[in-house]
Amino acid sequence: MNPQKPMRRRPWALGVVIFLGLILSGGGYAAATQTFEAEFGSPEQVEEGRKLFLANCASCHGTNGEGAIGGPSLIGVGAASVDFQVGTGRMPGQASGPQLYKKPVQFTEEQIAAMAAYVASLAPGPAIPPEEYLRTDGDPTHGGELFRINCAMCHNAVGAGGALTEGKFAPALDGVTEKHIYEAMVTGPQNMPVFNDANLTPEDKKDIITYLKYVEENRSVGGFELGSIGPVAEGLFTWIFGLGFIIAITVWLGAKAN
Amino acid sequence: MSSVTEPTTAVGKTADYLDDRLSLGTVIKQFGRKVFPDHWSFMLGEVALWSFVVVVLSGTFLTFFYEPSMAHTYYDGSYAPLKGAEMTVAYASSLDISFDIRGGLIMRQIHHWGALIFVAASGLHMLRVFFTGAFRKPRELNWVIGFLLFLMGMGAGFTGYSLPDDLLSGNGLRIIDGMIKGIPVIGPAVSSGFFGGEFPGTEVIPRLYSLHIMILPALIIALLAAHLLLLVIHMHTHYPGPGRRDDNVVGYPLMPVYVAKAGGFFFLVFGVIAAISALFTINPIWNYGPYDPSPVSAGTQPDWYIGWLDGALRLAPGGLDVAIFGYVIPMGVMLPIIVSLVFLVLVAVYPFIEAWVTGDKRDHHVLDRPRNAPTRTAIGAAGVTFYAVLWAGASTDLIAIFFQMSLNHVLTAMQVLLVIGPVIAYWVTKRACLALQRKDREIALHGRETGRVVRLPHGEYIEVHEPVDKYELWKLVDFKDYEPIMPRPNKKGKITVGTKLRSAISKIYFEDRIAPVSKAEYELAHADHSPAIEESAKRKPKQLKKKL
Repeated sequence: MNPQKPMRRRPWALGVVIFLGLILSGGGYAAATQTFEAEFGSPEQVEEGRKLFLANCASCHGTNGEGAIGGPSLIGVGAASVDFQVGTGRMPGQASGPQLYKKPVQFTEEQIAAMAAYVASLAPGPAIPPEEYLRTDGDPTHGGELFRINCAMCHNAVGAGGALTEGKFAPALDGVTEKHIYEAMVTGPQNMPVFNDANLTPEDKKDIITYLKYVEENRSVGGFELGSIGPVAEGLFTWIFGLGFIIAITVWLGAKAN
Repeated sequence: MSSVTEPTTAVGKTADYLDDRLSLGTVIKQFGRKVFPDHWSFMLGEVALWSFVVVVLSGTFLTFFYEPSMAHTYYDGSYAPLKGAEMTVAYASSLDISFDIRGGLIMRQIHHWGALIFVAASGLHMLRVFFTGAFRKPRELNWVIGFLLFLMGMGAGFTGYSLPDDLLSGNGLRIIDGMIKGIPVIGPAVSSGFFGGEFPGTEVIPRLYSLHIMILPALIIALLAAHLLLLVIHMHTHYPGPGRRDDNVVGYPLMPVYVAKAGGFFFLVFGVIAAISALFTINPIWNYGPYDPSPVSAGTQPDWYIGWLDGALRLAPGGLDVAIFGYVIPMGVMLPIIVSLVFLVLVAVYPFIEAWVTGDKRDHHVLDRPRNAPTRTAIGAAGVTFYAVLWAGASTDLIAIFFQMSLNHVLTAMQVLLVIGPVIAYWVTKRACLALQRKDREIALHGRETGRVVRLPHGEYIEVHEPVDKYELWKLVDFKDYEPIMPRPNKKGKITVGTKLRSAISKIYFEDRIAPVSKAEYELAHADHSPAIEESAKRKPKQLKKKL
């Protein structure tokens, strides 16, 4: 007689719907916050980063990262930039000059991450690269070719470094971590140009890292490499040690006869 | 020989057989008795010779495996970071020599280190010949032959540097291409002819190979033969010393002393080159990758002997280009070419310049001590400085990065040094030579200071001077002294421009010369300072005091 009401018309249905809606929206929000925090840092971390920033960076980069006389604006440089500059010890800068040198890292990893989170919170920018592009299982042949075309004119064919104008220079690349190489490419620190993902895809960057790590780990095929800087070192070696040693022999032979 | 007594031993019989047919005895008698003086600096040319032999031997090995072809291929050897890369057959075969052919890499390294040492030893030998005046008559032409050998060495080296067809050598060739193209009027046609079309083309590697393994080595061997033949025809020079004159040679005969010494020396030179090659890598072509006209690596330099030309290119100031009828003469290229050619010509003809200035037509077999030819030594120092600044100019980028300086400042400093460096070197060297000559005079006349101070009976203090012995004295006083030439009228009673110029240059050379101690001066000085000065001081204090 009373035909059975559809489920949705039953009195308790509203409660279920509300319950499910609350779970979905709340859970979804929580999940979204988690991804957000993973990518951009928790509010506590950002706050911690802001404090560190004000204490250590603001005198040059401005209290809101907007830049000042001593340093450029950091709005939009992204977490990768902070991780590279502070993580390699270049920042905080020791002295102003054509280019900042590497020096011992001044902060702990947590502190660097906090500052990176703070700077990333100012405006979107390149993020710290994911692990999958930092492995050295790419294609070294392709990486070597890309390296010679894009990087070798400043960094030398095996990354031994080179000079630029007015005291600027491209540093040697041995001993630089995979993460920092990647970050340097995406952020273009100091005098380096930016190689964005349209220019070199993440896979290309991974190949370059693979190549660099290969030559770093398998260098001395033919003996000591004299700094890998090419014919100048070879010429100096010829004159100082090669001829020096041979002249010592001629003096020895000449002296024996007397 | 055989008519006196018949040989009985097997060696004797063989020697006799050969002598009857080849007249070996005469050759060995002549050649074996040739006397060589002993001095380490006389072995520098020998170092060049032996390293050339090493280079020829190792190079022969390399020709068995190297393929001079610019055909394209894909690398399939053992070096992982190039696997599958597109490259020329020349580069692939150079990689195979380095990685897949047993002993290939050590041979390549011996060849390359040996070549660097060959040219370096030739250069050092040239400097020795220059600074000791060994290029004077009768050896002027041998100097020119030696100079050509040095040029051929540079040429052979550069062509070899280009053969692997890696990025570094391709960059070097591209610079040469640019220089050729910069020559007005003929440049582009010459470049196109050399490369067989537009750079890099497909012809240049085989052509360089012909030059490198046939034409240049043949020229080097021919010039080397002439060089050594003249060495045998002229007596060897020797340093001034007791009993050493322009008409004798003091030393040991070739047989057996020098044959043994030189033979042993070959193995020592070979050993040093091999040891270096085993321990230190040279031209790691696998690092540079295959040649591709777009990339240029930082730190791209030529081998050392081309460095001074690269430096000339780098140091040439910009903004000097001139346009004639709308055609631009690129001075950034022409200036280095002109400057280096003038420098080379001056080096080649220096013996003739000096002979003209001194007017000396006699044979010279006793060498000069560098201090006794102050102007020549100073010119040499200026030339070395000029060359050295150009040479250092090739590594401005590396100097800047290693000493943390601005590349621009390094470049400007080198440009300034190139001009004032030789002047300073000339002046400092000349003053140093004159000061050393004065010191020699002082020692010859008054003996060495012993540092022993003696008080004479009447209270005066004198330092005892010890006279030098006669052997030492010879070295100090035996040198040729030239006087400035006065411009004199010729038969027509005219003083020509040439005479005036010669007189002016002669004045620069010799106006402030220090004359060697003459016999009269020596005797006069030693009439005062008897060898036993103390005894005379004891005996006749008053007289000595007066004379002192």
